[in-house]
Amino acid sequence: MALYGKAFKFGDDISTDHIAPGRYFHLRSNLPELAKHVLEDADETFATRVKPGDFVVGGKNFGLGSSREHAPTIIKLAGVGAVLAKSFARIFFRNAINVGLPVLICDTDRICDGDELEVDLEAGLIKDKTNDIELSFTPLPKTMVTILEDGGLVAHIQKHGDFKLD
Amino acid sequence: MGKTIAEKIFCEHVGRDVKAGEIVVADIDVSLVQDGTGPLAVRQLEKLELEKLAKPERTVLFLDHSAPASRKELANDHDTLRNFAKKTGAQLSEVGMGICHTVINEIYVNPGDILIGADSHTCTGGALCAFSTGMGSTDVAIGMALGKTWFRVPETFKVFVTGEFPVGVFAKDLILHLIGLIGADGATYKALEFCGPAIENMSMESRFTISNMAVEAGAKAGLIASDETTKKYLEKMGRGSKWRPIAADDDAEYERVIEIDVSYLKPMVSFPHTVDNTRTIEEAAGVVINQVFLGTCTNSRLEDWDVVSRIVKGKRKAPGIRFIAVPGSKYVEKQVMDAGYYQILAEFGAMFLPPGCGPCVGVHGGVPADGEKSLTTMNRNFRGRMGNPKGEIYLASPATVAATAIEGVIADPRKYARELTSKSFPTIVNTEALKRATVMAMESIEKVATETARKLGPRVKETSEIKSH
Repeated sequence: MALYGKAFKFGDDISTDHIAPGRYFHLRSNLPELAKHVLEDADETFATRVKPGDFVVGGKNFGLGSSREHAPTIIKLAGVGAVLAKSFARIFFRNAINVGLPVLICDTDRICDGDELEVDLEAGLIKDKTNDIELSFTPLPKTMVTILEDGGLVAHIQKHGDFKLD
Repeated sequence: MGKTIAEKIFCEHVGRDVKAGEIVVADIDVSLVQDGTGPLAVRQLEKLELEKLAKPERTVLFLDHSAPASRKELANDHDTLRNFAKKTGAQLSEVGMGICHTVINEIYVNPGDILIGADSHTCTGGALCAFSTGMGSTDVAIGMALGKTWFRVPETFKVFVTGEFPVGVFAKDLILHLIGLIGADGATYKALEFCGPAIENMSMESRFTISNMAVEAGAKAGLIASDETTKKYLEKMGRGSKWRPIAADDDAEYERVIEIDVSYLKPMVSFPHTVDNTRTIEEAAGVVINQVFLGTCTNSRLEDWDVVSRIVKGKRKAPGIRFIAVPGSKYVEKQVMDAGYYQILAEFGAMFLPPGCGPCVGVHGGVPADGEKSLTTMNRNFRGRMGNPKGEIYLASPATVAATAIEGVIADPRKYARELTSKSFPTIVNTEALKRATVMAMESIEKVATETARKLGPRVKETSEIKSH
C-alpha cells in the first residue's frame, strides 16, 4: 500500500503532552473534539493545516511520556497517514500499532518540512519527491505486523477471539 | 546461563524457559486503569462485547487524575468507571483514595507478579519485584478481559549502586542523575535492575521513587530484588504471607552495567522541558521559583513528608511563593496527620489538596501562569505538563523543594543537615495509628467490593486480608 502526502517536521522528544495536552483531559471521551488540538503544544497551527494523508515527521524518542492512547488515536483521526521518526518511545509505538497508525523508524534528518513524500509500506521505502531521495525504514516486528494487518488490536481480537501472534 | 529478574518472572508466567528478546503471551496478575485512560478501555471492551473480567478482584479502577472532578465531562468519566465496577466486580478506588501507583502497591502487588496499567508510571511496582509496566487503554482492556497479554521479554541494564547517601541527598537525586547520564531514551525497550549495597540499604519508600522513574529513561520496567526490606513492608501492609525472595542469578546476562557511587552524588535538578536536562544544585541554585509542589506517585509518601517537615518546622515560607502539598493516598494522609506533619506544613504556609495526582496532570489545582517557574517533586517536566505550555517545570527531591520554599529561589537542602539528622524529630508513626490508617484506606474499596461480591458470588478475597492484621 502506498501513501502520499506532505511532511510536517517536528524536533526531538515530542511528548504525549505535546500531542494531547493535559489541559484537554476533559475531551478524552470526545475524540473528534480532542483531535482539533492534536500536537498543539508543538505547533499551534498543525491541526488546521494538516490534510488527510500527510505525514508527521519527528526526531528521536517520538511519543515519550504518558501511556495515553488518545495521542496516536488523534494523530490518526486528524488524517495522518504515518508517523516517521528516528526512534519512538515504547508505549506510544505499541499504542500506534494497536490503533492502526503506521509508525516508521528511519533517518528523518534528510526530510524537510513541507516535502512531498511517498511511502510504500510493503516495500519498506520512503521517497522524498521534493529532495529526490529514497529512505528505507526498519521493518516492524512480526507480532506488530499481524496486529496492524488485522486493523489494530480490537480488530485482531474480534477476528481471532484471542491473541494469535505465531 | 543465569537469569535476570525480568526473565525469571516471565519464565514463571509463561510456564517454560524464556530468554530476553522472545515474544511471549503471559498471564497477568494485577491490572489497573485510571480516570484518564479507563473510560476508553471500557468502551473498547463494550465494542468487543468482553465485559467479563478474568480477575475482577485484582482489576482496579482509579479515580485519581481529576479527583474530585474539575468539570462535568470528567465527572461523567468517573461515573463510567463506577458503573463498570458495579457491572463487572472490578475494584473501584474512589475519588480521594489516592494515586493509582501509590495505592496499587499499598494493597495489591506482590513479588513475582505481573502488573499492567494504563498509565506509564505503572513501573513503580518494580520496587516490590513485580514486573510492572505501562501500556495503552486497549492493551490493558484486553488484558483485563483475557487475563493475559503479549510481551517482548526485555534485555536488562544492571544499575549497581554503591556508597552512602550524603545528608541532603536522596533516592530522587540518584534517579535524576541516572536519567541525565543515559538520557530520556537511554533504556528504551529495556528493563532496569537496581542493585548493590545502596539499594539493599534503601527504604521501601525510596525504592518506589526509583522504580517510578524508570520510564523516564524509556525503560519498560524498573526492578529491585525482593529482600528483607520487601518482607517487612508487606508485613506492615498486612500481606506478609505473600512475600518470597526473588533476585537475579549471579551469572545473569546484562546488556549493559552502570555503576554509581552515591557518596559523590549531589542534589540534582531537572531543568525544563525534559527530564534528562539535569544539573547539580550548584548549577541550579538561585533560579527564582513561583510555586513548589510536594506530591505525585514519585514523592508523596510518609518519608517524603518527613523530610520536608523536618526542614520547614518552625519556619515561614518565602513571601510570594506558593506551596502545594498532596499526600499520595488516604493511607499516607492518615500517617502524616498522626505524625503532625499537616500542622507543621500548614504553619509554614503550605496548602493542601486531597490525595490524588494533584497539579501533575494539568487539569486542576496549581496550573502556573505564563512565564512562571514551578519546582516540584514530579517525575516529568514536559512543556504544558501542569496545564500551561508557557510555564516552566523543574524537578527535584522533596528536600530541595523544602529548601526552595524557605528561600524563594532554588536552594541547596544540604545546608539543613542539622534538621535532617535531628534525633528529637518524630520519624516513626506509632503502629496503632498505622493500623488504623491501613484499615481506613481499605474501607471505600472494601465497600464496593463487598457489594459486588454479593451479586457475583464469593470471589473478593484479596482486599479483606489486610484487616485481619
